[in-house]
Amino acid sequence: MTSISSASAAFTGHDPENRLYGPVPDVTGQAGYDTDHPARVGFFTDTSVCIGCKACEVACKEWNTLPMDDSHGVRDVIGLSGMSYDNTGQLGANSWRHVAFIEQSRTVDLPTPTFGRPGDDRGGQGPSVAEGQNDESLARAQQSGVLNAEALSEFDPQTGQTGSDKQIRWLMSSDVCKHCTHAGCLDVCPTGALFRTEFGTVVVQGDICNGCGYCVPACPYGVIDQRKDDGRVFKCTMCYDRLTDGLQPACATACPTQSIQFGNLDELQARADARLATLKGQGVETARLYGRDEDDGVGGAGAFFLLLDEPEVYGLPPDPVVTTRDLPSMWRSAAAGAAMIAGVVLSAFVGRRPR
Amino acid sequence: MVDDAQFTSYYGRPIIKPPVWKSPDVPLYLFLGGMAGSSSILAAVADVTGRPSLTRTARYTAGGGAIASVVFLIHDLGRPERFLHMLRVFKPTSPLSVGSYILAPFGAAAGATAAVELLGWFPRLKRFGGVVSALFGGPLATYTAVLLANTAVPSWHAAHDELPFVFGGSAMAAGGGVTMLFTPVAEAGPSRRTAVAGAAIELAVMHRVESGHGIVSEPYHEGRPGTLLRIAKGCTAAGAALTVVAGRRRAGAVVAGVLLAAGSLLTRFGVFEAGLVSARDPKYTVVPQRERLAAKEAAEQAAKQNGHAPTVTR
Repeated sequence: MTSISSASAAFTGHDPENRLYGPVPDVTGQAGYDTDHPARVGFFTDTSVCIGCKACEVACKEWNTLPMDDSHGVRDVIGLSGMSYDNTGQLGANSWRHVAFIEQSRTVDLPTPTFGRPGDDRGGQGPSVAEGQNDESLARAQQSGVLNAEALSEFDPQTGQTGSDKQIRWLMSSDVCKHCTHAGCLDVCPTGALFRTEFGTVVVQGDICNGCGYCVPACPYGVIDQRKDDGRVFKCTMCYDRLTDGLQPACATACPTQSIQFGNLDELQARADARLATLKGQGVETARLYGRDEDDGVGGAGAFFLLLDEPEVYGLPPDPVVTTRDLPSMWRSAAAGAAMIAGVVLSAFVGRRPR
Repeated sequence: MVDDAQFTSYYGRPIIKPPVWKSPDVPLYLFLGGMAGSSSILAAVADVTGRPSLTRTARYTAGGGAIASVVFLIHDLGRPERFLHMLRVFKPTSPLSVGSYILAPFGAAAGATAAVELLGWFPRLKRFGGVVSALFGGPLATYTAVLLANTAVPSWHAAHDELPFVFGGSAMAAGGGVTMLFTPVAEAGPSRRTAVAGAAIELAVMHRVESGHGIVSEPYHEGRPGTLLRIAKGCTAAGAALTVVAGRRRAGAVVAGVLLAAGSLLTRFGVFEAGLVSARDPKYTVVPQRERLAAKEAAEQAAKQNGHAPTVTR
């Protein structure tokens, strides 16, 4: 019989190396599954083709019957965030997909939706009707300034040129649980409610979780959260129920642009590398993969992304590290501290006797 | 001081989720666990060295603290009726799991010892229970630091090697202070010495936490946690000084004991709240991670120029 350990890999002893961080070639096997376990699956979220439709959010809510909440995670409240097109705000106990929406005024290197006339975003690659017409570019910059205060502040009326090389772009990205190779939530869960599935994903068992809340601050991405009126924690399961029936997760099924791609992780990684090369070849210098590198702080993510700007722009940590990487050092300090207490108390009894 | 750092965020929203632990519950648990832990060691050694009043006081402190801390810990759970689920696995990677296996035997032993002390039954069993609780007392006082540090909360995690010593020192100050409060001064010498040493350690290591970690040290001396920690320092220092000067007089011992316990309690609240502040502001998550990436890049560049492979891998 296979013993599936809800303890982290550090305790199963299957892999003496990289138990707490670093690349793990077979994370499912390391968790105790037999060698004939299914391949590790994942999400590749290509944000360069995301249109921000939020079909993934809706499909996720529908399939997993998630309660409604507002952009601050308050249950049973409908509320607008008041800051952008994004009224989901964050990942949380009731939002397992979150489409981030960012409006930027900056040098455009990708044919994303822009304000301005056709051809403006060709950037010197061809004749543009805007060239040499400062009056019009000034008017256009002012118009874009109405849409974005930042553009207005960067517009310099002395030159009138700002509008011709800076444009507004929209970044949209569907965020989700990363299903880390070294999952902090899984490591710190004291009940074994969080476990690694046969697909290499990380799932909470609702009948085990006692709501201690330790996983919430342990996640370097701020994914998992507690449902206040329920007490337990909830997060993306990568539709574990659908996977066991050979279906794709609801979000990937609903995505109309294949921004969310589901599949075996190694295939997705190859596809992502090819997509990045294509975009780089098209001159999209800011494109980068996030969570793809197995040498990163979480040993690579099961759900990784192609981003068009720095991770923190999307609300993602630039260099996340699983907190248990430093745990051996912490335990050593705690042991030394405990020994210190014993030593101090013992020495306090040395010397003068009371009688 | 650290200059205002340049950083990008998603509409100023936090990146990590702040802890959902409730505020009076968890800091009180940290305080009571520390106080009970150091008191149990005091009780065991006092028992062996023949100090009956100190033994009795320290056993009551350890037992009462242990039972109260268990209550606070269970009350903090989202599903308190499932607290026994903590004991269905043992995971060294989870400080809360390890802590459950420290707190359970400690609570049982210290609680039982205090109960038989009160009832005056089974003197030999009492000594055995006292020794068992003393064995778990030190770990109980310091594991709670690992509990906080083993999170993505920037101000806690950065101080992961110092916090166990802060909590250890704070535990001794509290345990020594409280037992000093209720023990005749003639027998309370070990309590006084433990409290003064603990206070000195707490103040010294806390200074390193507050100043040694760049931008993530900020929450420890700004705002509400900064105020709490300043008052804590005042209480702890005054309590220690008063113990040295007037600890042998009853009134002096009472005031000093109260000050030391208050200092320890406020330190726990201050450290707890500083962590919450650092979790809520994306600055404390993004800036240190950016610095880490920049340092890594610089190291790789330097290695490339020197013509050998980089030695820094992360």
